[in-house]
Amino acid sequence: MRARALLVAAAGALCLAAASDPAERLKDPAQEARARAIFRQVRCLVCQNESIDDSEAELAQDLRRVVREQVAGGADEAQVKRFLTARYGEFVLLRPTVSFGNAALWGAPILVVGAGLMLWVLRLRNRPPESELSDVEGARLDQLSKDEQADTIAPKIGR
Amino acid sequence: MIAEAGAFALVLALAFSLAQAGLSAAGRIRRSATLAAAGEGAALAAFLGVALAFAALMHGFVVSDFSISNVAANSHSEKPLLYRVAGTWGSHEGSMLLWCLALTGYGAVMVLFGKGLSAGLRAVAVAAQGVLGTVFLAYTVFASNPLTRLAEPPVEGRSLNPLLQDPALAFHPPFLYAGYVGMSVVFSLAVAALIEGRVDAAWARWVRPWALAAWSLLTVGIMLGSFWAYYELGWGGWWFWDPVENASFMPWLVATALLHSAVVTEKRGALAGWTVFLALAAFTFSMLGGFLVRSGVLTSVHAFAVDPTRGVLLLTILGVTAGAGFALFAWRAPTFSAGGVFAPVSRESALILNNILLSAATATVLLGTLFPLIREATGGQPISVGPPYFNLTFTPLMAAMLILLPAGPLLAWKRGDAAGVVQRLGLAMLIAVGAALLTLAIASPRHVLGAAGVGLGVWLIAGAGVEIVERTRAFRTPPTETWRRLTGLPRGAWGMTLAHAGLGVFILGACFETSWKVEAAETLAIGQSLDAGAYHLTLERVVAADGPNYEAERGFIRATRGGALVCEARPERRSFLVGGQTTSEVAICQRGLSHLYIVLGERRAAAAAPVWLVRAYWNPWASLIFLGPVIMALGGVVSLSDRRLRLGVARRAQARRRPPAPTPELAARPAEGEG
Repeated sequence: MRARALLVAAAGALCLAAASDPAERLKDPAQEARARAIFRQVRCLVCQNESIDDSEAELAQDLRRVVREQVAGGADEAQVKRFLTARYGEFVLLRPTVSFGNAALWGAPILVVGAGLMLWVLRLRNRPPESELSDVEGARLDQLSKDEQADTIAPKIGR
Repeated sequence: MIAEAGAFALVLALAFSLAQAGLSAAGRIRRSATLAAAGEGAALAAFLGVALAFAALMHGFVVSDFSISNVAANSHSEKPLLYRVAGTWGSHEGSMLLWCLALTGYGAVMVLFGKGLSAGLRAVAVAAQGVLGTVFLAYTVFASNPLTRLAEPPVEGRSLNPLLQDPALAFHPPFLYAGYVGMSVVFSLAVAALIEGRVDAAWARWVRPWALAAWSLLTVGIMLGSFWAYYELGWGGWWFWDPVENASFMPWLVATALLHSAVVTEKRGALAGWTVFLALAAFTFSMLGGFLVRSGVLTSVHAFAVDPTRGVLLLTILGVTAGAGFALFAWRAPTFSAGGVFAPVSRESALILNNILLSAATATVLLGTLFPLIREATGGQPISVGPPYFNLTFTPLMAAMLILLPAGPLLAWKRGDAAGVVQRLGLAMLIAVGAALLTLAIASPRHVLGAAGVGLGVWLIAGAGVEIVERTRAFRTPPTETWRRLTGLPRGAWGMTLAHAGLGVFILGACFETSWKVEAAETLAIGQSLDAGAYHLTLERVVAADGPNYEAERGFIRATRGGALVCEARPERRSFLVGGQTTSEVAICQRGLSHLYIVLGERRAAAAAPVWLVRAYWNPWASLIFLGPVIMALGGVVSLSDRRLRLGVARRAQARRRPPAPTPELAARPAEGEG
């Protein structure tokens, strides 16, 4: 009973998700926390897009057992992932590897931002030399901005 | 008889849609008001036809007419009335009919309330909407007819998936589809603008109410879906980066970008091409969403009414309509003028940055959703793209956008004053950093990212506050003047501020919940208890609680905190007789903004007495996750009520201003010579 109280306290302290099935849990809370962290990155292969942390499927239970055994045996996250990938292929990992085949996947956000910024800069540089408004134009602008319609139809200034 | 009448009305609606497209197009080509008006009449008739068909199908579900194959496959006479009604759109066929109802409905609304549009633009837009209606109605009539009869009707139906028998999910599809399909009007208006060669401030103003309405509905729809996942799937999570969630999220992201770029086009005549592109993209992503969800090409926790064979047809529809739209764009866009000039620091630039980051976010979600398919199609090893990917890519992009967000509304058009904006936001910055540091100091355990997220949420809310203060010149002018300005603020401004603050509320809830949730699970016999955070939960008893179409166990769980009773939770575990599925009815105890979330799991045999697996989650500030989007949608609605957006008002004012109607050539280059 004291051991359990300790475990609950430790779990609370680590803010680790202890919603795992108590029957499956590892004794060492630190190891359990590491196992849980790995669960969230491993796909339940037969499920509809769930991690083994979320799933109640039998395969997910088996995979959780395998991961826990590995973690209890001293394997680190990379080793566990390597083990799972060797068995089930890259499909089992919810976070795709950074590899040549996945270059587009990881590169796309940077590429889009880069292209967008480039277009923006081009748009900024591509402008005619600015001229100050003449007094007459300024007065007309003031009058227009007072008018609610000023922004309905873009006015033609300086024509 | 009613089903036959409905099926007939559906075929009639198809004919009317075709007539709508043909007559309106002819009306535009021959410049005949009579033909165009006939096309508009056909649009109204098409809506009436689909509405009749929809009512007929709903009637079939309500009275459990199992001679209709769709009802037999998706309903059950013992299902509660609400879910019999919701069953109308619970299947593939029914949801396509709902899609058509929304599509023709928007067409009818466009005809009834689109009086402010110029005649040519309006005729082409109605024609384009007619083409869309024809395509989707043809699909519904010929490939997915929900009103076909069975030769030998069964005595009992095969029921609706029990996970779907839930109030939030009953209303989730109507909102979602109203949002998705609302983008069709934007699409039609974009097509019309491209054909007419007229993309200007007035066009952007016409597009905005439709985009706003669709965006608000989509926001609510996505929120309902997320809320459903939160309490029905029973994992305590609310967003899984699931393909189906992504499918609804992508149109939302594009629509958000569209709302912002349309402002630039409306106020400054700039970004016209980009705004039209987004208008086309918004409905394309909506169709993609519909296709992804309905075709079953992607596995998902949300996919229910799936049919791969018809997926190909849907994909063809998507390819042809979107392809036509974008081909038109490629042909006409180069003729658009660039619009007004602006400096690197200006409102335009801020909105462009917003669009760049939203586009990158959309690309990320799109690629993350489709990449497994692409990899497989190109012969690569199958891979999974899950939440860890999106957390690493999407989150930083959004964080960057949120940091910049409060500055946008304070910047002037054309040339902004960066130093002035930083100065004016100084207080908000101070509050945000203070909130982040305070969170880091108080909250245990320490999460730097969580605290930063809280700071970001506070930053948005405080930024929205600063914006109102700036607009009303509060504290710098007498209170009466502030009040006058406050009441004089246009609804559009209030809407924007509300939406931005709502986003802040959402971020606050999402970051707090994600970083500081506490979970616990134990197998409990009667009388045993477990602790979740500060709460002590005792399983008092478990009773049988069978419903009309399921067997269930109901747990009586007493939650206390420091000895004081907090709530009596009644979670259930239901086993449905038809289909044999089990679901959890989660008990959620509302504690301020936070949720104590309790799940009754399976019964297990133990040595002495039976035990139950009980899971408990303490989800701090979880209410804000769902409240935030509601505030955002409310912002959309408030903005929609702005009198400047009412088409009639704009037209009357326009008529007052410049009696002769602008010629298309002039209108196509609105901001020429400006600046």
